[in-house]
Amino acid sequence: MVIEVENLVKKFGDFTAVDNISFEVKEGEIFGFLGANGAGKTTAIKMLCGLMAPTSGRGVVAGFDIKTQREKVKRRIGYMSQKFSLYDDLSSYENIMFYGGIYGIRRKELKKKAERLIRKLGLESVENKLLKSLPPGWKQKLAFSVALLHEPSVIFLDEPTGGVDPVTRRQFWELIYETAIEGKTIFVTTHYMDEAEYCDRVSIMVNGRIDAMASPAELKQNFEVTSMEDVFLKLARS
Amino acid sequence: MVIRVQEISKHFKTVQALKNISFQVAEGEVFGLIGPDGAGKTTLIRIMATLLKQDAGNITLAGYNNIEDYEQVRNLIGYVPGKFSLYQDLTVEENLNLFATIFGTTLQENYYLIKDIYQMLEPFKKRRAGNLSGGMKQKLALSCALIHKPKILLLDEPTTGVDPVSRKEFWEMLGRLKNEGITILVTTPYMDEAAKCDRVGLIQTGNILSIDTPQNIITGFPLKIYSVRSLKRVELLHHLRDMPNAHSANLFGDSIHYIQKMPEPDELTLEAALKQAGYLDAKVERIQPVIEDCFIELMKSQIAA
Repeated sequence: MVIEVENLVKKFGDFTAVDNISFEVKEGEIFGFLGANGAGKTTAIKMLCGLMAPTSGRGVVAGFDIKTQREKVKRRIGYMSQKFSLYDDLSSYENIMFYGGIYGIRRKELKKKAERLIRKLGLESVENKLLKSLPPGWKQKLAFSVALLHEPSVIFLDEPTGGVDPVTRRQFWELIYETAIEGKTIFVTTHYMDEAEYCDRVSIMVNGRIDAMASPAELKQNFEVTSMEDVFLKLARS
Repeated sequence: MVIRVQEISKHFKTVQALKNISFQVAEGEVFGLIGPDGAGKTTLIRIMATLLKQDAGNITLAGYNNIEDYEQVRNLIGYVPGKFSLYQDLTVEENLNLFATIFGTTLQENYYLIKDIYQMLEPFKKRRAGNLSGGMKQKLALSCALIHKPKILLLDEPTTGVDPVSRKEFWEMLGRLKNEGITILVTTPYMDEAAKCDRVGLIQTGNILSIDTPQNIITGFPLKIYSVRSLKRVELLHHLRDMPNAHSANLFGDSIHYIQKMPEPDELTLEAALKQAGYLDAKVERIQPVIEDCFIELMKSQIAA
């Protein structure tokens, strides 16, 4: 298991943001982490990424304890969100070198990786142009690849496709599939319910708890509806 | 027509943000401008709200010009920007009173208009706006925009980053405001929200791709679409794309939307061919397109042109 969480709780004063959640995600799985705004998703992700210590419960992510080995967790995971992205005033090449440097990849190795990545993404002709001049779809693919530069076993994608055009959004999901086939674990949040269908398994958080967790097909069957949107509406409104 | 937008262009340095945009909105209509980030939605709405000036073209709102008559325009519109822009250090109540005073009215005067929304906010009325949850901030911003009973409501991406339940509730709120006779122009990156609008403009990189009722955009789709399902979805996607007459194959939730060049196949022949190719559980069904199918096709033809 790449992610193992048991009875995880996070309290802020007398408010319980994450209320006793347990789940496992295995290698190569695409796991959709859904929930309404304010359901506790962000707090849960912060704990899984080693950014925040849990109040109680235990969890292991990428082989390290999320309570006692938070620095090691941070080094072994990848993270990408729509908001936190690359530097617009650096070129593609500079962004790769900068982030690779932060993750402590040795310069010689990093240079090789950067060249390989630029070739793979077809950015050769624009590698020295400032990022802000690139189309959003290219930036997004680069951000995703940069988050994988240090070869983490799991990557956290926090609403990676918000506001993106429908063609780019689909290309991005095809990239996610390719990455999962290579054995990386994908942990993704989204508000697009069609994207929930692309996940192997999905969990839905309601008021700090995980109220449902299964494959999209099973969830639709259990709730006797035909779309993930309806599953979501049924759960979050009940 | 309450809103007339005529041949609007706007550039920022080297970027042409809006290219000759024209459309009209009738009184009491809900008009959706739908497109991804960078399409020009915010620029256009800011020009309409008199916060930016266009390079060329004309806009009138209820007969008033957005540049010459900007004061009148500001009085007759309610504007909710995409980024929360109320005073974070003032309480809910103080923000509302501030806006009411600026517009020379009171919270009580048009209370019926914001009653439903305000009742949800009332428990937090002594709380500072900066400490509200995202959903509550949005309700407060909408209340402040409605306080002077605007004729036209301009909403910039009110549902971006919002979960499906809250989005549904927000659209129900807009439905009630429409019933009060308010004309609503709303922008969104979510294609499925087109169905909630009377008419929509699909917009991409500063160009309007299409303007019509959602139903007409769907019935005007020139190609036949097939929904194809198999448990081997990703393999099937690539298989479909590699078929000799393939026009396109795209992931759509739990199925793939497949379009073939002329001659278009019938469902049974297509299904048989897929079974023959090893997709024994393949199911093919002729379907109506959704707005997102239309957007993808329109985007492609724009790039081709």
